Amino acid sequence: MFPVKNDYFSRKFYNMNFPENLKYTKDHEWLQIDGDTATVGITDFAQRELGDIVFVDIDTEGKALGANEIFGTVEAVKTVSDLFLPVSGTVKEVNRDLEGTPEAVNQDPYGKGWMIKMTIDNQAEIDGLMDAAAYRQMIGE
Amino acid sequence: MKNTPFTDKHIALGAKMAEFAGYNMPISYTGINDEHATVRKNAGVFDVSHMGEFILKGPDALDLIQRVTSNDASKLNAPGKAQYSCLPNEQGGIVDDLLVYAIEPNNVYMLVVNASNIEKDWNWISKHNTKGVEMHNISDKTGLLAVQGPKAVEYMQELTDMDITNLKYYTFVKGKFAGVENVVVSATGYTGAGGVEIYFEDQDGAGEKIWEEVFRVGGPKGMKPIGLGARDTLRLEMGFCLYGNDIDDTTSPLEAGLGWITKFTKDFTSKEIFEAQKVNGVSRKLVGFEMVDKGIPRHHYKIQNNAGEEIGFVTSGTQSPSLNKAIGMGYVRKDLATEGSEINIMIRDKAVKAKVVKMPFE
Repeated sequence: MFPVKNDYFSRKFYNMNFPENLKYTKDHEWLQIDGDTATVGITDFAQRELGDIVFVDIDTEGKALGANEIFGTVEAVKTVSDLFLPVSGTVKEVNRDLEGTPEAVNQDPYGKGWMIKMTIDNQAEIDGLMDAAAYRQMIGE
Repeated sequence: MKNTPFTDKHIALGAKMAEFAGYNMPISYTGINDEHATVRKNAGVFDVSHMGEFILKGPDALDLIQRVTSNDASKLNAPGKAQYSCLPNEQGGIVDDLLVYAIEPNNVYMLVVNASNIEKDWNWISKHNTKGVEMHNISDKTGLLAVQGPKAVEYMQELTDMDITNLKYYTFVKGKFAGVENVVVSATGYTGAGGVEIYFEDQDGAGEKIWEEVFRVGGPKGMKPIGLGARDTLRLEMGFCLYGNDIDDTTSPLEAGLGWITKFTKDFTSKEIFEAQKVNGVSRKLVGFEMVDKGIPRHHYKIQNNAGEEIGFVTSGTQSPSLNKAIGMGYVRKDLATEGSEINIMIRDKAVKAKVVKMPFE
């Protein structure tokens, strides 16, 4: 057999990471909740399924949106996926660094790959989100 | 879903798999950008065994090919010559694009067609086979690896005594390769990176043997398996048409920039339609464009002019891994089909600026 790099795109060899301190959605987004604000990005599973991410297009800064409304789009080389606001709130800040380095979403989905910071309108909506264990179960880990 | 001779290998190697034209195919291994760069700089191996192969045999084989294809197959006047061509339909559209290989000129030809069109093409050619040409659909038993990239030929030469180092583009040899007999090694491909395509009959473990040998010589030098994702970005950078995207039953070869494979030196389906298009011009043309403002064009996005009128649509688009910019192909009204024309791609209801450029993209 020839050598194949066991790098992070290779499904067979890769151990996905789902931090315990985050909340997760069925649309493969994560939230780090800090009081009435949250930071939002896409999960390790999502970035791996998408492959090389080449464009993150978010033009909803300052907008108040309902839960599950589209707040932006993430594009991989071959695919386009909508980004859904996990809970109702207002998009307060967009990660502008992703304009120049969209690959940060692949390399560091929970860190440099964050996408927006938002306010949370209704804390009760948080209860509808998954914890890491439930999310792992949903994706069949 | 059908398997190729290599499906198990792809899965064992951890490829991301998906159905394509009814086959379980590898979409990517290490990531499209990495695979793309490997082919442009070194060499990569594509399993394209899903492609269809027909053998046409007999004294009237050339006559049949001439009548159903647009290019002039009589130019394949020596064994070992191949050509790109298309099968026009009766409305001046395209049934499929294909390669025609002269195994024995005037007697035996191999046609290589798109996987998604095997049945359609077979029926189409059969319908025109009025003079009893012997036809064989060898698609299921034929394996095909495309070994592509600037180093591909150098690596593959180690596996055969046939001279493939000096094979000219669109020629081929047939013989022993990697210990397997009757292998066709063809200087063709869909990447613009150079290399060969290797056709073999998948029997007695031939596929296994060829795969192992190909990677035995290339693997240590950095050659890698490549998925269909990178195949698409590679061909798009070259401006090569993809059937179902850039050409289909409703597009004329002249609109698609395939006038060079439409030869009026012989009779063939829709010849009169194409002759009239050549004389009178076509109303739309397939062009390449690059994005001026930020955005990635995708298949089916609409194209507008600066006045906001719809003047065409995108047929293929991607972020180009080699050029690091967004590129695409699409049909546009002929007055905007010239290099430098400003057009707008409608991305999520926003008009995003682009300009028409020549292909291959650079």
